[in-house]
Amino acid sequence: MKDDNQELVDFQILSLKYKTRLTRKFQERKKYEVPNPKEIKSVIPGTVVDIKSKKGQKLKEGDVILLLEAMKMVNEIHMPFDGKIKNIFVEKGQRISKNFLMIEIE
Amino acid sequence: MSLKKYILDLRKRREKVQQGGGEKAIEKQTAMGKMTARERILALLDQDSFTEYDLFVEHEARDFGMDKKQLHGDGVIIGTGTIYGAPVCVFAQDFTVAGGSLGLMHARKITKIMDHALKMRVPLIGINDSGGARIQEGVNSLAGYGEIFYRNTIASGVIPQISVILGPCAGGAVYSPALTDFVFTVDNISKMFITGPSVIKTVLGEEISMEDLGGARVHAEITGNAHFFANSEMECFDQIKKLITFIPWNNKQKAKAFPPKPPKSKVKVEDIIPSDPKNPYDVRDVIKAIVDDSDFFEIQELFAANIVIGFGRMEGETVGFVANQPLVLAGVLDCDSSDKAARFIRYCDAFNIPIITLEDMPGYLPGIDQEHAGVIRHGAKVLYAYSEATVPKITVILRKAYGGGYIAMNSRHLHADFMFAWPTAEIAVMGPEGAANIIFKKEIEEADDPEKMRQLKVQEYKEKFANPYVAAAKGYIDSVIEPDETRKMLLHALEVSVSKEDHRPEKKHGIPPF
Repeated sequence: MKDDNQELVDFQILSLKYKTRLTRKFQERKKYEVPNPKEIKSVIPGTVVDIKSKKGQKLKEGDVILLLEAMKMVNEIHMPFDGKIKNIFVEKGQRISKNFLMIEIE
Repeated sequence: MSLKKYILDLRKRREKVQQGGGEKAIEKQTAMGKMTARERILALLDQDSFTEYDLFVEHEARDFGMDKKQLHGDGVIIGTGTIYGAPVCVFAQDFTVAGGSLGLMHARKITKIMDHALKMRVPLIGINDSGGARIQEGVNSLAGYGEIFYRNTIASGVIPQISVILGPCAGGAVYSPALTDFVFTVDNISKMFITGPSVIKTVLGEEISMEDLGGARVHAEITGNAHFFANSEMECFDQIKKLITFIPWNNKQKAKAFPPKPPKSKVKVEDIIPSDPKNPYDVRDVIKAIVDDSDFFEIQELFAANIVIGFGRMEGETVGFVANQPLVLAGVLDCDSSDKAARFIRYCDAFNIPIITLEDMPGYLPGIDQEHAGVIRHGAKVLYAYSEATVPKITVILRKAYGGGYIAMNSRHLHADFMFAWPTAEIAVMGPEGAANIIFKKEIEEADDPEKMRQLKVQEYKEKFANPYVAAAKGYIDSVIEPDETRKMLLHALEVSVSKEDHRPEKKHGIPPF
C-alpha cells in the first residue's frame, strides 16, 4: 500500500540533516503568510449582502465596511483602525471563500 | 393440533423481513460494489454463529406519509455471534431499507445491542452504511444519535468498540465512529464527512468529490479518523478478525494468549541499523525481528507514518508497540504523531496491554505550521498518556533520544518500568552539532579556524555525551544491551511484570490536553 519507491531526501531538524521520506500531508502544508493589517480578508466563507462604504471614503475605527452573511448569520465587517478605503474587491451578492481579500485600506 | 401452521407462518414472516429493501434495492447496492448488511455480518462472524434480534421491529413514524410505509427491520440488523470463538455484539445498517436512514426504532435497536455488549462485557462492532438522519422523524432521529454517542462514551475503555464504514456516514452520524476505538474503511466505499460536497458547493462554491473530501484514503492518510484501510470489504473483515485476536473482550481481562513462536525474520537486529545516525531504516523491521512469528499488526499505517503503532505478541502474549520511524520525517514528533501515539497508549493501558517503546527520534518538528497547530498541546498528550499508564512500560533506546522527545518517549522520568539502551544510543539535550555550537560558541568564534574548532568541539561533545553511559551512570538507563539481546531482555521484563501494581490517587478523571 505504501509507495516504497519514494526517494530519501535531506531533512533538517535543528542542526542536523537526516535522510528520510516526506509525507503527503507535510509536503502539502500551507506556507505561513505574515498578516497585513491593511488587508481585510474573510475569516469565514459567505455572501456579501451589502457594502456600506465607498472607495476613497474615510472611516473611523469600528465603522461598518460591509455585511457578510455566513452560517445563517449576517456579520458586520468593521474598520480595524481609522483610515481610508483604498480598494473594494467584492460586489454586493458575491459569494466568497475563506481568506478572500475583500477590502484594502490605507 | 399441529403447530406446523404457526411455524410456517413464522418462517414466512422471517423470510419477508430478511429481504431487507427488496430485490431492486439489493441490485442497486450490489451495483455500487457493496455487500448487503446481512452478507457483511455473515462474512465477518464465525460460520453459523450469528443470532439476530429485533427482526420484527417496525417504525412508529406517522408524519409525511410514513404511516403507509413499512421498513423491514427499520433499516438495521442487530445480533450476537463469535469471531474465532470470541463473543461479539454487532449491528449493521441496511442501506437497501430507506437508505439505512436512522429513525427512532432504528436507533433503539442499535442502543439495545450496545447496552447488551456493555452488560455482557464483550466487543461491539458497528457497520455503518446510512444516508443519515431520517428527516421525516425529526428530532426523534437526533435523539437516537445522541443516545448512541452517550453509550459509545460510557462503554469507552470498558469494552472494545469497532466501527466499520461501509458506505456513507455523514453529518452527526460520524461522531459514533469517532468515539469508538478503531475505525475501518474500504477504498471507494467508505465516505465520512460532517458537511458533504453538495452543501460545500452551495455555501462556499467550492467543488470537491466525495472521495477527495472524505473517502477512505483521506481518513486513513490525512485526517487520521480511520485506523485501517482496505481495498475490499473482505480484506476489511479479515483485518477486523485479526484485530479481535490481539485484544481482550473487556477491560477486566487480558488478551487471549497464543502458542509462543520465535520471530520468523532471520535478520540480525544489529544489521538493520545503519552506522551513520543520520541514515534511516524501517523501524518495523526491528519490530518484526523481535515479535513472535515476526507478525506485527500495524494500526494507522498511513497516518503520521513518522510514528509506528500496533500489536504483536511476545511469547504468545499481546503487547503494544510505539516506535519512532526514522524512515519518515526522520521520526520526529509532531502534532499528528503525538495524537496517534497518545491515543494508542491510552488504549493499551485501558485494556491491560503492556507497552514497548522503541525510541530513535531527533526531537519535535520545527515550523510555524506546527507551533500554530498546537504542537505544545498535542505533544503534551504523549507525556500525559505515558505518565498515566499503569500497564508494564518498557523502553528501548536504539539511537537518538534528544531533548523533550527523550522525556516524552516513555522515559524513566515518566516512570517507565524498564529502560534499555543500545550502545548506539545518544541521550542528550540535543544533537552534538547543536549542543557544541551553543556550549563552545566563544571558543569557536575566537578560533583561528572556526570551522575546524567547531568540528573538534562537536567530536568532543559526541564522545562525552552522545552515548548511553552518562544516563546509565545516573541510573536513568537500567541496562545497556546488545541489539541482538533485545528480544530476550524484553521477554524477561514482561515476565517479571505480570503482576505489576501501580495505583493512582483517587479522582473522577484526569484532564488530558484533548
